[in-house]
Amino acid sequence: MNKILGKSFIGFILLLSITLGESPLKYAKPKLSDYGFFIGNMADHIPRDGVLPYGVSAQLFSDYALKSRFIVLPNDEQLSYKLDGSFDFPRETILIKTFYYPADFRKPKDNIRLMETRLLIHTPEGWLGFPYVWNEKQTEAILEIAGERMDASFIDKNGGETKFEYLVPNFNQCKGCHVNQNRMIPIGPKARLLNHDFVYKDGKANQLKKWTSLDMIKDLPDLTTLPHTSNYDDPIDGSIDERARAWIDINCAHCHRLGAPGETSGLFLNIEETDPTKLGVYKPPIAAGLGAGKFKHTIVPGMPEESIMIYRMESTDPGIMMPELGRKLVHKEGVALVRKWIKAMK
Amino acid sequence: MNQSVKTASITLFFISTLFSGNIEKDLQTQFILAEPGDTITIPEGVHQIRGTLSIEGKENLVIRGFDMDKSILSFSGQTDGAQGLSITNCKNIVLEKFTVQDSKGDAIKVQYVDGIVFRSVKTEWTGGPKPTNGAYGLYPVQCTNVLIEYSVAIGASDAGIYVGQSNDIIVRHSTAYHNVAGIEIENSFNALVYANHTYDNTGGILVFDLPDLVQKKGGNIRVYHNIVRNNNLDNFAPPGNIVSKVLPGTGVMVLAANDVHIYENTIQKNKSIGTGIVSYFITEEAFTDSIYNPYTSDIHIYNNVYEREVGFPTLDYEIGQLMAIKYGRNTPDIIYDGMQDPDVAEGLCIQNNFRADFTNLDIEHNFEKWYSPFLSNFSEDPSPHDCGIPHLSTLK
Repeated sequence: MNKILGKSFIGFILLLSITLGESPLKYAKPKLSDYGFFIGNMADHIPRDGVLPYGVSAQLFSDYALKSRFIVLPNDEQLSYKLDGSFDFPRETILIKTFYYPADFRKPKDNIRLMETRLLIHTPEGWLGFPYVWNEKQTEAILEIAGERMDASFIDKNGGETKFEYLVPNFNQCKGCHVNQNRMIPIGPKARLLNHDFVYKDGKANQLKKWTSLDMIKDLPDLTTLPHTSNYDDPIDGSIDERARAWIDINCAHCHRLGAPGETSGLFLNIEETDPTKLGVYKPPIAAGLGAGKFKHTIVPGMPEESIMIYRMESTDPGIMMPELGRKLVHKEGVALVRKWIKAMK
Repeated sequence: MNQSVKTASITLFFISTLFSGNIEKDLQTQFILAEPGDTITIPEGVHQIRGTLSIEGKENLVIRGFDMDKSILSFSGQTDGAQGLSITNCKNIVLEKFTVQDSKGDAIKVQYVDGIVFRSVKTEWTGGPKPTNGAYGLYPVQCTNVLIEYSVAIGASDAGIYVGQSNDIIVRHSTAYHNVAGIEIENSFNALVYANHTYDNTGGILVFDLPDLVQKKGGNIRVYHNIVRNNNLDNFAPPGNIVSKVLPGTGVMVLAANDVHIYENTIQKNKSIGTGIVSYFITEEAFTDSIYNPYTSDIHIYNNVYEREVGFPTLDYEIGQLMAIKYGRNTPDIIYDGMQDPDVAEGLCIQNNFRADFTNLDIEHNFEKWYSPFLSNFSEDPSPHDCGIPHLSTLK
């Protein structure tokens, strides 16, 4: 039995399903160390073979947390590329994302505090998200399905101190963002968000090329035909329009797209959307409540200060702010970028 | 380790995450672990909750308190999430006998659920009507088979009971007051709204179809046997919202909707408009949705009892001022904007209402210039709209 438990994820699932009946927890292990993703000191995140680090070109803002990402594919299985630029992942794929802060962003490699590690596991019931919260000693992370609140602070890159309450989402809230057509889906690993260079142990390489060379993907079209989402932080990676749309896509479009919870508003913010009304231009709010403030339209071209979008991005009031969840702080750089974009709009 | 020990230790681990003594975490954990057929109890008392409580992907659950005035979830100190209670992607959920108070955003939002019952549930903002209150109280959206009964909604800065983009709906025996809109049915099909009491709202009952939404239109709406009284509260909605355009003193309002029957209601003491039938044009908002129909059509108003106290309508809104100039302290009960859908023969039918005066504002012709209304004669003759009372058997 020990051998099966140690080696086989399926065996683990079977055992837990006997124990826990219908509970979604049957697919999760109680502690992060139970999965054996990392070698040596777990907090150092040195991956074992088969656990591949990756990065996305545009990230969801999470109170300035830095994130490490890894993907684990089951043996000899592949992602298959879909025409919309996303992938089909084999069962048992695991996506790992750790959120962490340096004590001082001027020295981002020193005095790291790991906050949580979220796993997205592709189970027979579809994707499920599980948050693991790191202990103070940074030796272990424990599954907390109901989420957690933690006091956090850091020195920002200008030397100012920021103190806030860090929120680990609960099991349901994971799905609140990762949902489309009632099914949970990964957000980050899409071709356009992976189509850039990443620094591997053995040197820099385009991630899609690397994954192809590792035989991880099938049906990938010619790389030169694939789009690349701008890194919105990088002023030379795309125009203001491209960078602002990248920011809006990754921060808003997981909800604000057809088939996702924000669709009730009729506001669709995915990067592929081209209809100005659906993007918010002169669009009156539907059910925004206080979120509308005293403003009449989501975007008023040339007038960021009269655009509901900016009003909600700049708020930290839970009844007003957007996204609804996942931040306590304002992303000043993101707001500045989207302001610029609306300002230039005619 | 042998299997039974391992099994026991894993089970113990998960059970230990339950019942940590923190009601918020306990309830949230129970919501996550619930299995079909479970009843989750909300204990007696006022429970301070800091984040949205969510139920996701569940079937056949009952969430039950002891009484709406005994089991209270208070979000007055809410720090995370916009809603009080959020229920998504479920089947057959019953909410019963509890109150959600002072959430920062919507009180109870239910989305993508087939089979949702609110029974003796109260949503409330306790500081009185204020623009900083959350938008919606009882808020099913994109749902089917919705039943709201014996429930109470107080203080929402948009609608107390709001059913949007949903189908097969009953709202009955419920009470709404101190909201901007008491009850609102929006872009929804097959709704029975009956035996409710809406009072002291800005508008009592609204039936709206709005553009640029996923569910494009509504229809087959029946509003009957309601008491819609004294809805004269100042409009306190944040100005960007469509509901901020509702005139204080509105009883029942139909906006751009079709196939709506309003009958056998008591519509009393609403100072501006007893029943208004208006197109989307009245909002003066542009729309680009090519499928959207901005007109009202197939609207039937019959056998209602109207009563209006002599007095000015609201003077805060242009239409209110206009009515005051035209009619002084005796404004009519049923007001039609006169925007007839050119593709529909039967726009508006009005019969056999008790004590109902009528006016057709004919906004297309009477508002060409700012002074036009002063020169125009509104038609006060309801006879063009007498199409006979439909047989009850024809009601779906």
